[in-house]
Amino acid sequence: MTDAAVPSGIGCGACAVAGTLPRPDVPPVAADAHRLRRIELSLPSIHCANCIAGVERSLGSSAEVAGARVNLTLKRVSITAADTPGVEERLIALLGARGWEARPLDSAVLEATRTDAEGRALLARIGVAGFALMNVMLLSIAVWSGADASTRDLMHWISAAIALPAVAFAAQPFFANALRALRAGRLDMDVPISTAILLALGVSVTETLQSGENAFFDAALMLTFFLLIGRYLAHLTRAAARSAAAEVAALEVHSARRLLADGTAETVPLDALREGDTLLVAPGQYVPADGTVILGHSELDTSMLTGETMPAGAGPGTVARAGMVNISGPLHIRVEALGEDTVLRQIARLVESAEQSRSRYSNLASRASGWYSHVVNVLAVTALFGWGLIGGDWRVAFNIAAAVLIITCPCALGLAVPAVLTTASGRLFRNGVLLKDGDALERLAQIDTVVFDKTGTLTTGTPVLVAMDALSTETLALAAALAAGSAHPLSRAICTATADLELPPVGISGTTEYPGLGTEAWWNGERVRLGRAAWVDAPQDKTRTTTWLQRGDRPAVPLEFEDQLRPDAPATIARLRDNGLSVEILSGDTAGPVAAMAGRLGIATWTAAVTPEEKVAKLKDLSAAGHKVLMVGDGLNDTAALAAAHVSMSPASAIDASRTASDLIILGGRLRPVVDTWWLARRARRRVLENFALAFAYNIVTVPVAFAGLVTPLIAAIAMSASSVLVSLNAMRLGRTE
Amino acid sequence: MNVLMILIPVSLILGGIGLLAFFWSLRANQYDDPEGDAARILSDRYDDHPAESGDEAKNSSEN
Repeated sequence: MTDAAVPSGIGCGACAVAGTLPRPDVPPVAADAHRLRRIELSLPSIHCANCIAGVERSLGSSAEVAGARVNLTLKRVSITAADTPGVEERLIALLGARGWEARPLDSAVLEATRTDAEGRALLARIGVAGFALMNVMLLSIAVWSGADASTRDLMHWISAAIALPAVAFAAQPFFANALRALRAGRLDMDVPISTAILLALGVSVTETLQSGENAFFDAALMLTFFLLIGRYLAHLTRAAARSAAAEVAALEVHSARRLLADGTAETVPLDALREGDTLLVAPGQYVPADGTVILGHSELDTSMLTGETMPAGAGPGTVARAGMVNISGPLHIRVEALGEDTVLRQIARLVESAEQSRSRYSNLASRASGWYSHVVNVLAVTALFGWGLIGGDWRVAFNIAAAVLIITCPCALGLAVPAVLTTASGRLFRNGVLLKDGDALERLAQIDTVVFDKTGTLTTGTPVLVAMDALSTETLALAAALAAGSAHPLSRAICTATADLELPPVGISGTTEYPGLGTEAWWNGERVRLGRAAWVDAPQDKTRTTTWLQRGDRPAVPLEFEDQLRPDAPATIARLRDNGLSVEILSGDTAGPVAAMAGRLGIATWTAAVTPEEKVAKLKDLSAAGHKVLMVGDGLNDTAALAAAHVSMSPASAIDASRTASDLIILGGRLRPVVDTWWLARRARRRVLENFALAFAYNIVTVPVAFAGLVTPLIAAIAMSASSVLVSLNAMRLGRTE
Repeated sequence: MNVLMILIPVSLILGGIGLLAFFWSLRANQYDDPEGDAARILSDRYDDHPAESGDEAKNSSEN
C-alpha cells in the first residue's frame, strides 16, 4: 500500500501520494451539529503545492473536520474541527500516516502573534509613500527636463500638495522614534532620518514660495519609501523570531493527569497541582512534578535530567523527579514538592543567574548607527554654518545642509542590514531552523568552540542492540519472541534489530509482562524471562544499558544496548572541525559511554558525569579564556548551560525548558543544520560588513560633492536610489542556494 | 500646457485607484501567506469548479 512506503521528513514522499488519495466516502460534516473549535498544527516538513493540497485533502477526508487551511509561509495548518475529546491526536495521527510530521500548537499562545497590525500599518505607509513618490517623480522629471518658470512653480506646488500629506502619514514611525530618542537624551538613526526628511521638505517649500529652481520633494519621499521598506523587513525578521518563540512555548501543553477521589482522572494545568495530589503517569509520558511513587512498577528514564542513558527501576517508594520519563508501566505518583523545592525550580534559578551574567550583546547595526548619526549631524551643521557664515547666503546654506543630510541617507543601515537578516532567517526557516532571537545569527558568526551534550543531542535517545555476534540464534529468536508484545524501548530495539534476521519461529506461550521487571513466558516446558538484572539473578556489572535473557534456572545471557548516534553526527562533527572549530562533549552520563562516543566521533575533549552547575561553570571557564561557545543541548540538565553560552541550539525533541533557553531550534531530527546555520551566519555577517563598506565608499564620494553645493535634486535622486539598490542586491545574494 | 490640467489629475486619480486597490488587498489578508499563495496557483483544484465565497476554508468534498 502506498501509505506504508511514504518516508517521513522533508523528502516529501507524501507529495507523490497526495494525488492518489482515495476519494473520501465520508458524509460531509453538518457544521452546526457539534460545537466547533480551532486547532493549530505545526507542519515542519511541508514545502510545495502538492503538500498543501495533500494536507488539506487528508484533513478534509476526516468527518470531524469542518475546514482546513494551510499557511505555507508559517508552515502551519489551521483546522476548524468538532470539539470532541482526542480530536487533535487523531488528526495528528492521520497526517502522520500520510507522511507529514505534525505537532500540536497551543492556539491561545499563538493568538497573540497572529494579527500582525504593526506589519499592516507599515505596508500601508509603504503604499502611500510609493504612490506619492511615483507621482512626484513624474512631476520632477518634467522640471529636470527643463520646465520654465511658471510651469516649474506649478509642478512644485502640486508636488508639495502630494508630498506634505504623504510624508505626514508615512514617515510617522521615524518621527515618533526620533522624538522618543531625543526625549531620552540620546541620538539614534531616526534622528538624522527625521531631520533629513523635515529639512528637505522645509527647504523645498521655501524654495517653491520664492519660485526657486531646486526642490527636494522627491528626495524626501524616496528617503521615506526606502527606509520604510527597511523597517518592514526588520519587522518581518522580528515577527518571525517572535512567532518562533511563541511556537516553541506552544509546542508543549503544560498539563498533568490528576487522579480524583472516585478513581477517575482529570487533566489539569501544572499550576493547579497541590502537594499531596495523586498523579497518573502513563508509559511514555514525562513526570510532571517531583514526588514519590505510591502504586505501580516501571522504569524511569532520567536522561533528560542527568544525561544518564541507563533507565532506573521504579516501584512504590521510589522518588520521581519532574522531567523524568516513565517507560513501561503506569505509575501513581504523590506530589511532594512544588515551587522552590523542585528540581525544575532549582534549574530555573540556575538559568536565571546564567542569563544575568551573560553580557548584553549589542548588534552591529545599533553600534554602527550610534556613531553614524553623530557624524551625519556634525556634517550637516558644519555645512549649514560654513556656507551661512562664510558665504553669507543662508538660503543657499540651508539648501546645502539639506543636500548633505539627504545624500548621507543611512540606507545601508536602514535597508541593507534588515534585508540581509530577512534573507538569512528565511533561508534558515526553509532549512528547518527556527530563529528565536535576531541577534543570534550575528553571535553565531563569532563562535570558535562548539560544546555538545551527548544524550538526545549527538544521539537520538533511542537504544539499539549491539554486540549481536556474541549471541546465539536461539537466544535472539527467544528474545525477539518475548519482546514482540511489549512497548518497552529496549523490547522495541530488540524487535528492530532482529526484524531482518529471518530467525526460526519459536512457539512461546503464557507471555506475561511485569512492568518495571520484564517479560516472562513458557517455552518447551521451561520458564524464560527477559528483563532487569535483579529479576533474573544476573550480576549488575555492565556499563552499557543491558537486559538479560534467562532460560529455566541457567545463568542469564546479557543483551547490551547503546544509544543510537544521530546518522549525520560524525559528518557534522567532521565538518565543524574542518572549519577550524574546536568540538567538545559535556555530558551528565557516566564516563564509559561518553568515552566510547567521543572515541567514535574522534572528539578529544570530553567531560562526563557533570552536574548542571558544573556545565555552567565549564562554559564560564571557556568564555573567561576568551572563547565564544555554541552550546547544543536538549536536556533539563543543559538548560542553564544553554542560557550561559554565547549562543545556543536545541533539537525540537528537547524538553521545553531547554527549547525556551535556546536561541535556535532545529526541527526534524538532524544535526547537520548546526554546520549549515553557522556557515549561513558567517556569510550573513560578511554581507553586512560588505554593505557597510559599500555605504562608506559611497559617502566618501558623495559627501564632498554635497558639501561643495553641487548636488541638484536630480543627482540626489540618482545617488540615493543607486546606493539603495546596490546594498539590497548584495543582501539578496545570500538567498541563492549553492 | 493646458493639457497638463487634465493629465495631472488623471494620473493622480489612476494612481489613487491603485492605492485603494492596495489598501483593499491589505484588508483582505492577502499578504498573510505569500509562499502558500505562490504555490496554490499551481493547483488545478478550482479550475472546473470555483470555490464559493466563504467556502475557501472547506476543502473536503471537492474532487
